[in-house]
Amino acid sequence: MEKIKVEHVTKVFGKHINSALKLVEQKKSKTEILKQTGATIGVYDASFSVNEGEIFVIMGLSGSGKSTLVRLLNHLIEPTSGSIYIDGENISQMNKQQLRTIRREKMSMVFQNFGLFPQRTVLANTEYGLEVRGIPKEERTKKAEAALENAGLLPYKDQFPSQLSGGMQQRVGLARALANDPDILLMDEAFSALDPLIRKDMQDELLDLQQKVRKTIIFITHDLNEALRIGDRIALMKDGKIIQIGTGEDILTNPANDYVRTFLEDVDRSKVLTVENAMIRPMSVNVEIDGPKVALKRMREEKVSVLLAVDKNREFKGYITADDALEAARLGEKNVMRILRTDMSTVPPDMLIQDVLGIISESSIPLAVVKESKLVGVLIKGVVIQSLASDGEEVTGNE
Amino acid sequence: MSKILDRIPSLPVADSVESLMDWLTGNLSGLFSFLQNGGKNAMDFITDMLIAIPPVVFILVIALIAFIATSKKFGLVIFSIIGLLFIYNQGLWEELMNTITLVIFSSIIAIIIGIPLGILMSKSTVAENIIKPILDFMQTMPGFVYLIPAVAFFGIGVVPGVFASVIFALPPTVRFTNLGIRQVPRELVEAADSYGSTGWQKLIKVELPLAKSTIMAGINQTVLLSLSMVVIASMIGAPGLGREVLSALQRAQVGNGFVAGLSLVIFAIIVDRLTQSLNKKK
Repeated sequence: MEKIKVEHVTKVFGKHINSALKLVEQKKSKTEILKQTGATIGVYDASFSVNEGEIFVIMGLSGSGKSTLVRLLNHLIEPTSGSIYIDGENISQMNKQQLRTIRREKMSMVFQNFGLFPQRTVLANTEYGLEVRGIPKEERTKKAEAALENAGLLPYKDQFPSQLSGGMQQRVGLARALANDPDILLMDEAFSALDPLIRKDMQDELLDLQQKVRKTIIFITHDLNEALRIGDRIALMKDGKIIQIGTGEDILTNPANDYVRTFLEDVDRSKVLTVENAMIRPMSVNVEIDGPKVALKRMREEKVSVLLAVDKNREFKGYITADDALEAARLGEKNVMRILRTDMSTVPPDMLIQDVLGIISESSIPLAVVKESKLVGVLIKGVVIQSLASDGEEVTGNE
Repeated sequence: MSKILDRIPSLPVADSVESLMDWLTGNLSGLFSFLQNGGKNAMDFITDMLIAIPPVVFILVIALIAFIATSKKFGLVIFSIIGLLFIYNQGLWEELMNTITLVIFSSIIAIIIGIPLGILMSKSTVAENIIKPILDFMQTMPGFVYLIPAVAFFGIGVVPGVFASVIFALPPTVRFTNLGIRQVPRELVEAADSYGSTGWQKLIKVELPLAKSTIMAGINQTVLLSLSMVVIASMIGAPGLGREVLSALQRAQVGNGFVAGLSLVIFAIIVDRLTQSLNKKK
């Protein structure tokens, strides 16, 4: 069923709108139009529809108009021309009151830099949407706490956003959106400000969540990996225009034009297959502080048999094994210096996975990912092969 | 060349302003005398109350407020006690109370007018374009000039003093309120809008709380400016420490002038630190 329908929507910022639109029809470029008229094309003649329960990804580089497009959907920005239908109702013709009702009940937004109110606690932030709807205090607290519980954040409800990490802040942002129980989630580069490992976790969480709640999600990103990973369908934008809409498979196998093709090739070469994409969070001990008992306890907790060793500046020093740590603990040694092994290979995070394959297949232990002599992650054989399998499909699909 | 310029008759700006003033004093005299009487009674009442408080109690209360406001540091507490004792010792207690009343009244009126004006300015670029030059005018016009309409409207005494102080002290609160609201990050304004806030909800729940520390900085400036008008307002008969400075000036008494001036400085420092520490507290 069609949830959102966008018909010939155009947004031009600045004056001289009509002359700018004429230049667009003459296929002039964005910079040329800006130079001649002083007007900026935000979105030009965008048409698409989104089905209920679908994750629709809008992808493009910065300045392509994707953030403008998502703001047109809830009228944070008013379109210059065209119509937007939500559940068959034309929101471009609504008055302020009707528009507020739509925003309160049907769609919630998640922001790139989280958009949390710094003076409000996590709970008060989560309650915000319910509060402006005038829902009584008790009920909204109950709903907000339930949303935080689902995100695993209930223990943090009395903290302020600045006390949480980026990933946790964005979970609050998502919980705030879900507390409203909207049909539609608008996510504007929601995970782009997070570091790669957390971003991956959040993508997984979003997919899990979507399994359960089945919202209609509009997801904005500049990252093709992210788009392919979570999108049911992807719209590719350039200079305010939608160039291609289709499933990830469609776009990879039949790029609509040279722009899409170079975009994909570029991404494949530089992004899809680097170490950074396959590494996982390292389990480490601090050689200057931790003794063999601490190391054993951590191995037990994390269910691993090898820990990476770092100093207090997180510089990579080597690794220790469970067997060695057990013996050192039995002999009553106080630190792990004696059992530190240094024969682990290291790789930089921007190295291609293909080049790592040779090293990792010969090694019985994981590889340390080291950037400027600091430990940033760890490569485990199983994960590398798994990432290669899924990314491999994309590569063959592209060729 | 200069002859051509001389041929242009002098524009009657001064005359026009004068006749406007005449019209205002003539037609609104009822309002002005009501404000004059009501204002004077209210302020006399407050001053009498302040004077009725035993100085020791007053000093201890100020010290306690300083203790709480600076989160239990002793610098301002000790300064307040010694400073106020000095003012009492110099026989300027009653004048200090008069000054406090004047500062309280003019600051509160300036804040009551200033914050809504600042909000209006932040919401409408048209309003900003109109109000900004007026504020520039108000701030650059020498403070003495405001004494003339003040006297014309209200005669002499404490009420015209407050009138002149309010005009002089108003701009920072307006400017800082406008600035504070305009500085609220765009994403947070969008967040408020995207969840369907009304304009009023957005203002109360998001914009004012986030602009609070900037607005408080403006209020601090307003209080200090109204304090600096105390001496000038004494020229039209406003009572207080300013009057002591003025009379020392008229009689060339360097010593008395120094003592009264120093008392003003002590009071200004206490007020400034107190309003600033209110801002820092969470």
